[in-house]
Amino acid sequence: MTSANPSLGRWRTPDAGQRSENDIVSFTHDGQVLKGYRGETVAATLLAHGIHLVGRSFKYHRPRGILSAGVEEPNALLTTRDGARREPNIPATVLELEEGLVTHTQNAWPSVGFDVMAINSLLSPLFVAGFYYKTFMGPTRGAWMFYERFIRRAAGLGATSEAPDSERYDWHHGFADVLVVGSGPSGLSAALRAAQGGADVVLVEQDSLPGGSLLNQPAGKPHTTWLADTLAALQATGRFRLLTRATAFGLYDGNTVGIVERAAPGTADVSKGVPRQRMHVMRAGAIIMACGAIERPLVFEGNDRPGVMLSGAIGAYINRYGVLPGRNAVLVGNNDAVYGDAMALARGGARVLLADLRPQADSQLLSQARSAGVDVKLGTAILGAQGGHRVRSCDLAPFDLASGRVTGAATGHDADLVGMSGGWTPTVHLSSHRGIKPRYDAARGMFLPGGFDRDHHGAGSMMGSQTWVEAVESGWQAAEAALQGLPGHQTASGRSVTLHAPPDQGHMGFTPVGHLQGVKSTGKAFVDFQHDVTVDDVELAQREGYQSVEHLKRYTTLGMGTDQGKTSNLNGLAIVAAQRGLSVQDIGTTTFRPPYTPVTIGTLAGRGVREHLQPVRRTAMHDWHLMHGGAKVEAGLWIRPLWYSSHGATLSEAYKAEMDIVREGVGIADVSTLGKIDVQGPDAAEFLNRVYVNGFAKLPIGRARYGFMLREDGIVMDDGTTSRIGETEFFMTTTTGQAGRVMSHLEFLLQVVWPELRVTVASVSDQWAAMSVAGSQSRQVMQAAFPGIDFSTEAMPHMGVQDVVLQGALAGIGIRIIRLTFSGELAYEVYAPTHHGLAVWEHLLQAGQPWQLRPYGLEALASLRIEKGHVVGSEMDGRTTLDDLGAGKMASAIKPFWGDALRRSENLARTDRPTLVGLEPAEEGATPANGSILFFADDTIAGHGRGHITSTTYSKSMGKAIGLGLLQGGTRHIGQEIIATSPVHGRQYRLRVVDPCFLDAQGERYRA
Amino acid sequence: MLRIHCPYCGVRDHEEFSYFGDATKTYPALDAQNHDDWVEAVYMRDNPKGVHAEFWQHTLACRRWLVVRRHTVTHDILSVVPARERTLS
Repeated sequence: MTSANPSLGRWRTPDAGQRSENDIVSFTHDGQVLKGYRGETVAATLLAHGIHLVGRSFKYHRPRGILSAGVEEPNALLTTRDGARREPNIPATVLELEEGLVTHTQNAWPSVGFDVMAINSLLSPLFVAGFYYKTFMGPTRGAWMFYERFIRRAAGLGATSEAPDSERYDWHHGFADVLVVGSGPSGLSAALRAAQGGADVVLVEQDSLPGGSLLNQPAGKPHTTWLADTLAALQATGRFRLLTRATAFGLYDGNTVGIVERAAPGTADVSKGVPRQRMHVMRAGAIIMACGAIERPLVFEGNDRPGVMLSGAIGAYINRYGVLPGRNAVLVGNNDAVYGDAMALARGGARVLLADLRPQADSQLLSQARSAGVDVKLGTAILGAQGGHRVRSCDLAPFDLASGRVTGAATGHDADLVGMSGGWTPTVHLSSHRGIKPRYDAARGMFLPGGFDRDHHGAGSMMGSQTWVEAVESGWQAAEAALQGLPGHQTASGRSVTLHAPPDQGHMGFTPVGHLQGVKSTGKAFVDFQHDVTVDDVELAQREGYQSVEHLKRYTTLGMGTDQGKTSNLNGLAIVAAQRGLSVQDIGTTTFRPPYTPVTIGTLAGRGVREHLQPVRRTAMHDWHLMHGGAKVEAGLWIRPLWYSSHGATLSEAYKAEMDIVREGVGIADVSTLGKIDVQGPDAAEFLNRVYVNGFAKLPIGRARYGFMLREDGIVMDDGTTSRIGETEFFMTTTTGQAGRVMSHLEFLLQVVWPELRVTVASVSDQWAAMSVAGSQSRQVMQAAFPGIDFSTEAMPHMGVQDVVLQGALAGIGIRIIRLTFSGELAYEVYAPTHHGLAVWEHLLQAGQPWQLRPYGLEALASLRIEKGHVVGSEMDGRTTLDDLGAGKMASAIKPFWGDALRRSENLARTDRPTLVGLEPAEEGATPANGSILFFADDTIAGHGRGHITSTTYSKSMGKAIGLGLLQGGTRHIGQEIIATSPVHGRQYRLRVVDPCFLDAQGERYRA
Repeated sequence: MLRIHCPYCGVRDHEEFSYFGDATKTYPALDAQNHDDWVEAVYMRDNPKGVHAEFWQHTLACRRWLVVRRHTVTHDILSVVPARERTLS
């Protein structure tokens, strides 16, 4: 044992010396280096150094101190760390000391001690509830635009960093038979019973240590032993996991609980992959909520002065941390728990006056307190507290709790610490997340969970337990009930351990007190500390008609801070009820929504950031593209080469050169991203015949056919080619973007609509690499690459298909060759097993050297197809019909197909729908821009026009910019001039309507 | 998080599934060109407060289409059957 070390603060009890010098940690608060013990919260250390003033209030910039010792803290919000790791609004009451930690107070300039915005306090008559609505709505709304910047800077909390978060966050998917939330007496008891009943138990505790309210009691008493014994018994079951520093912030469908676990101080390390926070998605068989209760402040004038604290918090700082928050204390409360706090103060050496609002108290408790040196006054209320940066005095007066009236004159009392307890509010947040409203227990004066879903249970003070004995019993019962709902677990079979409860700490009270005021009261009595909502604001809202709790909340912002009104909501309701002469039950409560306490966005994102935002798909030739100057572009989840730097310094230069490669010689493109579906079965031909608008039943083996498929509502879903490999085997390709959707569609038709068809489909997109060899020299390249195959038109006609097993260097590799074109040139698609994709690609490039075979990227691929008027997703945009795309002729008139019925709907069959046209400039500089709106020459330029431009490029072959578009009347307007506008670009220009196929309409090139 | 008991794979998170909507409709025969029947099958939907039979596909696993009977208020899932075996009430 060491004697109290003054560098650790002068406000410590002698017990504080129990901890050793090895546990000392330094941190910097507002530039001042402070020392404290490891395991303490920043709030505890600040109090040990006599620092109560830790912030300025939201609206009035009033000095504020530390109110609580937990997550409910509304005042002591700090900004921690610097730079990219800066994090605002962290309650000092939960922030653990860490060597080198940096904290700053918020909402004050130049300092928390001298804050120029405190002038707001003098202007406070202006800043009543609804001030901004009244001032800036209506005719003066424009002024808001001007003033908002200043107002937001003056009223506010800390600022977050704008730099990317450099920390690591993880997700963990977890399972438990029984999840217990809260490790106080009831939670521990529930966990033990459930684990002994054979259930795998996870216990979640938001504190750094398990124990709940037991931690805030004097050390060395029997409850310390109970806590240690119970934890040891839990560990002995082998079925128990404890998560500390972990908050169950939300309860969701399917017994899923969102839990955020924070790393212990100093352990997070990006370089070692240790996350700062971990999100647990916990799926539980049963959930036992033992969330405890939160103490309420009393509402009186000046109740926000630094040094006015919750009574239980005072007890916690003394008993748990050995920190004495004051030496001349006045405690005021309406329940037994205050006596324990008063005696703790007395033990720590403080002078204590306890004002009990009740007319009587338990005689044993009274005598204990008095013999400990506490001066107890029954039937006494507090009416006001005075002081600036620290409370210095308060007013007490005789009080009748039943009527809520002050019955005598107030007397002043010096005090450097005022403790208050207006009873306790059960923490019903989690149980309310399922949409079950809390119910008010009028007899005991508290909101309790309104009910539970199946497999959800509650225990402890959250359910109204007033003593540890009750809490332990209720936890046990909840676990019994939970086990009964779990198949295969030992149910109520009697207790396998004797149930020892820790000794009674006296009854907690729940009943709210309301507003304590004298006859003459002019100062501010705060209901919501964080948002500076006073009793006057609540009353004003009532007078102005904002009577519903939901209106009250939004008009006054009561309960809307980062603390979500954990200390303020019930006091607000009690005051409204008193004003309106109703019970709290009639007033109701606002809705509790997740998260229970604020959750960092980074935690919710987890590892799903930057390159991990979504999965990435790479083709077999991906690395080759990168090594050969391929510029990466994302196409859905795929990464594709957009252009190659060997063909030009810029995209614009390179893709034109790549178009020339294909149009004038021969090029090769990676088309592995196409969707590929294997369709097999005796009824495969019949199935495809129903799926595609055109006929597939009579497709010969060894031939491919181009087809469209429709959605059930008659809109085009996708296009692609399907090859017949055998009598009962087909190979379908889809567009890259629709591959997943088409697959699901086929499966739906086979499993739901036509289950009688004997067909199976399998996605083989990842099994095949694919490359297109395109250009007038492509036959020579193919012949050179695969000399054993006859590529003459007789042997391999347009839309011919061959499966070949290669010889020579690539011996044994089975490839598939389909002669088909997207560019309009003679072209062959080569499909190779993905693992051989790169080898075949390099083999082709090698064989193609005499013809200068070179790769072309996605930009050239897309531009070549625009020259041919081929449609892609820009045209098949989920709104267009076959006729819109100029493909109506493909629809079979002799067989039914999916989507045929509804494509005949009146609006889809109208002849004035926008349909596919080609577009070219009709004047100098009229470069078509994507998305431009089209108008006829004599139209007024307004509204949605006659259609829009869907695709644009520069056509090397035509020597001009061209585009495709959808235009009312379509190709009937060929030769006419129309007007295009692009409001986004601020352009209006004239175009000429032409055929959508700009090049080789007869198809002589690809049939060569 | 809905937890859906796939008859092929066991209980899984709903993130593995895709939703497709009302499973109480049947499509007319493909050669039936009665426009109104198709409108009924494709567009007309009840929006029940209570138990709703709906199609889900186990997209990220077995790829089976399923009929899930789900309570639209509580999100309780009452039954899951393969869509092939669905019976229309």
